[in-house]
Amino acid sequence: MTTENNSAGDETTVARKKLGFGFWLCVTWLALMAFIALFTPLLPLKSPTSNFIDSAQGRPPYAPSWKHWFGTDKDARDVFARTLYGARISLTVGFSAITAGFLIGGTVGVLSGYFRGWIDRVSSFVFVVLLSFPSLVLAILLTSLIERSLLTVSLVLGLLSIAPVGRLARAATLQYADREFVLAARQIGAKDRRIIVKEILPNVAIPMSSLALLGMAVAVVAEGGLAFLGLSVEKGITWGGLIQLGSDASKTLEKAPWISFFPIMMLFLTVLSLNFAGDRLRTYFDVKEMTL
Amino acid sequence: MAGTGKAHLRPAEDALLRVEDLVVEFGIGRTGLKVNAVSGISFDVLPGETLGIVGESGCGKSTTGRAIMQLPRANSGSVVFDGRELTTLQGEELRAVRTKIQMIFQDPISSLNPRRKVRDIVMEPLGIWNRGDKEQQGAAVDKVLEEVGIDPKRAAESLPHQFSGGQCQRISIARSLVLEPRLIICDEPVSALDVSVQAQVINLLEDLKKAHGLTLIFIAHDLAVVKNISDRVAVMYLGKLCEIGPSEGLYARPAHPYTKVLLDSIPVPDPNAPVGKVAVEGEPPSPVNPPTGCRFNPRCPSASDRCRSEEPTLREIESGHFVACHHPLFGGEAPVTVRTA
Amino acid sequence: MSTNDRNEIEPLIETVELRTHFRTPRGIARAVDGISIHVRRGQSLGVVGESGSGKTVLSRSMMGLLPRNGVIREGSVRYGGNEIGGRSPKEMREVWGREMAMIFQDPMTSLNPVMKVGKQVTESLRLHLGMSSSEAFAVAEKIFRDVRIPEPTRRLDQYPHELSGGMRQRVMIAIALACGPNMLFADEPTTALDVTVQAQILELLSEQIRDRNMSMLLVTHNLGVVAGYTDEIAVMYGGKVVERAPTKTLFSNVKMPYTEALLQSIPRLDQPSHSRLAMIPGRPPDLVNPPAGCRFAPRCAYARDRCRTEEPPLVAAETPGHVYACHFPVGSPEYQERKVELSRSTAGAR
Repeated sequence: MTTENNSAGDETTVARKKLGFGFWLCVTWLALMAFIALFTPLLPLKSPTSNFIDSAQGRPPYAPSWKHWFGTDKDARDVFARTLYGARISLTVGFSAITAGFLIGGTVGVLSGYFRGWIDRVSSFVFVVLLSFPSLVLAILLTSLIERSLLTVSLVLGLLSIAPVGRLARAATLQYADREFVLAARQIGAKDRRIIVKEILPNVAIPMSSLALLGMAVAVVAEGGLAFLGLSVEKGITWGGLIQLGSDASKTLEKAPWISFFPIMMLFLTVLSLNFAGDRLRTYFDVKEMTL
Repeated sequence: MAGTGKAHLRPAEDALLRVEDLVVEFGIGRTGLKVNAVSGISFDVLPGETLGIVGESGCGKSTTGRAIMQLPRANSGSVVFDGRELTTLQGEELRAVRTKIQMIFQDPISSLNPRRKVRDIVMEPLGIWNRGDKEQQGAAVDKVLEEVGIDPKRAAESLPHQFSGGQCQRISIARSLVLEPRLIICDEPVSALDVSVQAQVINLLEDLKKAHGLTLIFIAHDLAVVKNISDRVAVMYLGKLCEIGPSEGLYARPAHPYTKVLLDSIPVPDPNAPVGKVAVEGEPPSPVNPPTGCRFNPRCPSASDRCRSEEPTLREIESGHFVACHHPLFGGEAPVTVRTA
Repeated sequence: MSTNDRNEIEPLIETVELRTHFRTPRGIARAVDGISIHVRRGQSLGVVGESGSGKTVLSRSMMGLLPRNGVIREGSVRYGGNEIGGRSPKEMREVWGREMAMIFQDPMTSLNPVMKVGKQVTESLRLHLGMSSSEAFAVAEKIFRDVRIPEPTRRLDQYPHELSGGMRQRVMIAIALACGPNMLFADEPTTALDVTVQAQILELLSEQIRDRNMSMLLVTHNLGVVAGYTDEIAVMYGGKVVERAPTKTLFSNVKMPYTEALLQSIPRLDQPSHSRLAMIPGRPPDLVNPPAGCRFAPRCAYARDRCRTEEPPLVAAETPGHVYACHFPVGSPEYQERKVELSRSTAGAR
């Protein structure tokens, strides 16, 4: 039997639909944010807590200038430094929350979708219960009752992401568990664990990775909301907190818009990048099979 | 349960696979209704034989194939493979038997994991059973890939969707050969392929069967394809066996009215062949509520009262050729069976 | 009488150098690449081909059912003498239903699952013929009877999922025939059905077409189906017509090696078991980068250098109405020469 000649055009050299310039731009921004979040204390920034009162300029807040790129707030603290420090808590909470959600929700979801039976019934019930609480209200309730540290706030948001992640993981698993290649794996003698890891997970990982990015966007926004209400990490510098300080009752927003503006922009650009990249990833993997 | 008889079974020690009184039923959700997919059939396959199983949708042929593999297990009946009863095997023992019986599915693309490289897919069985080290496994895989006509280098770099349907089916065949099975069950392996590609795959299966001394069960709805590849053919209708016999004999002299109907319905690629007489009216009824007596009686041109009340059993009408019918097309009427209280 | 004569000679529908190209990420896929066919009144043309031959795209192009984006059209489609090729869906709605109708392969996905089947028929009648609801239902019932749906009145009130595959296909035929079109496009109408039901549906179609003096374009990959139910057959490969002939002639006097190979690769009931099937090696051509010269050359056992550089034009064979595209057709001296070589080599290999 001769090997088939691929005279009909080699499909391995197909120009794959690229992820696109926009995707990589977002990834660059996110990488930059991650770098900042990790290394802020080492960067040559002004101290975020010191007061840089300059008698020559009069009373703070000071507008943006060469000395203070983003200006200062009413207590003459450097907005630029504070904004970058804000990335630490906001991104850490966002990342930890979604990781917890994936580890717990994702695992339960995949197992439910694969084994069905009582595991599926119990977990579906739990998911439905979790989803029945209005999430932001629950987040506010929980965070106002506990000691608010980085860990606890992350866990609260993580708890809220278990159900949506779990349901998606279950749906994705169901889609693949009935396919013939899974049956084929079973009939060559593979055990369940091997099937889940080698056959199901590589397929489920795709929609899940896109969900991870989108989920992190939601977590960051949620943390921003909590911080705005003063319910995020105690005594921490967060974007939500900074935005809140810059938009209090005494017309600060009109007189010194830069105090809120820069944290808002950072939050916006980060969430936008997460959403865009997540969506782009999903579209890219949708175009898998070529048909004409 | 009145099965369709076992007169056609050959001595148990000769057969590689012997299925007796196989019953498979599925419940439909919460309705309490049952689909009687397979209702008590028996057949056997000798080593080196190719048994073809034909029938239309709902006849239970695919379910039979899967029940042999115990995926899922039948509700009742026995499946003896190489002397061992499969229906009672559990866990590790059952898993071990799976290396000797393999299956090829209908949809070539969905039988392969879309996110794994093809060479890895074919190597997987060897990895599961730890047959040799990585190098030996690789060599075995490359050899079998070449045998089915797939370039091993390309297989190492490519995903299934980069291959055509026919090539994917060959990859599935390669995967099933790698454990050196004795029996391969082919469930509609060429139905989803183009005509010219079908011929390639059928010829390949014949070549591989000879080269590896395989026994095949070929399940399909295309009678011409089944005749081409099979030594013996079984015709199923609504979960029951109608007729079984050697391919030449069965096709040349069909005894069961349903077999004749099937043969007459095939559009012949010959413009001079007569056309227009519809062989049978209506459609196969739902397997949820099958007719009493002979299941084909509502559509059978030769049906009588006996057919509506008494289920026929398989009996021999010529050497090796058995039919389950009270009024077959030849071989005489079925003898009256004495009912025991 | 003279008008009827003219109708007999003038094609009801014809295409002239029709091209339908799709923009794909890899380039432009030339699905239909210069097809000129015609169907006369009351005639049935079978279009045979495998996947990638372009047969389904052809029927959709002729009927004007292509997607709006990413499609490049060239050439013309004329129906009853009028150009319908470039028309918008809005303009085509005057032709759909009343003049042309299509039945598809899978009735489950072609019927609206949440609409009763009776309504799907009457919808067409009311839209195209302006009937009232009661008039339309009466006609629908009659058509259900014509297509042999048992208990038609009860069936009108059912949903597609309550019907079997064969019945759904009959419903689809009923919808297509409802407004009395002159031209029917049947795209693999029986492929998804059981073989006994296939025979019933084909018989029904053939009867209805005869009774209504309709024309039909039957797209299929099944040579058995075209043999029994068409007057003329066009064989497509790689977006082109490679042979066209009256049905009987095609089977008895095939010219193009692809058609011959196709006929030989089908397992037949009158062959003994374990007959070796004649294979066509390789795969259908890439529509984005089709091979130079004859598109079948890479897979043709009889190809020579000329085939790989020069695309063969459609030329006429001895029998009237028979055209084919091949430099060295079946029966030519070069073909015979190669055939002898091939049989020697296979005999040597044994």
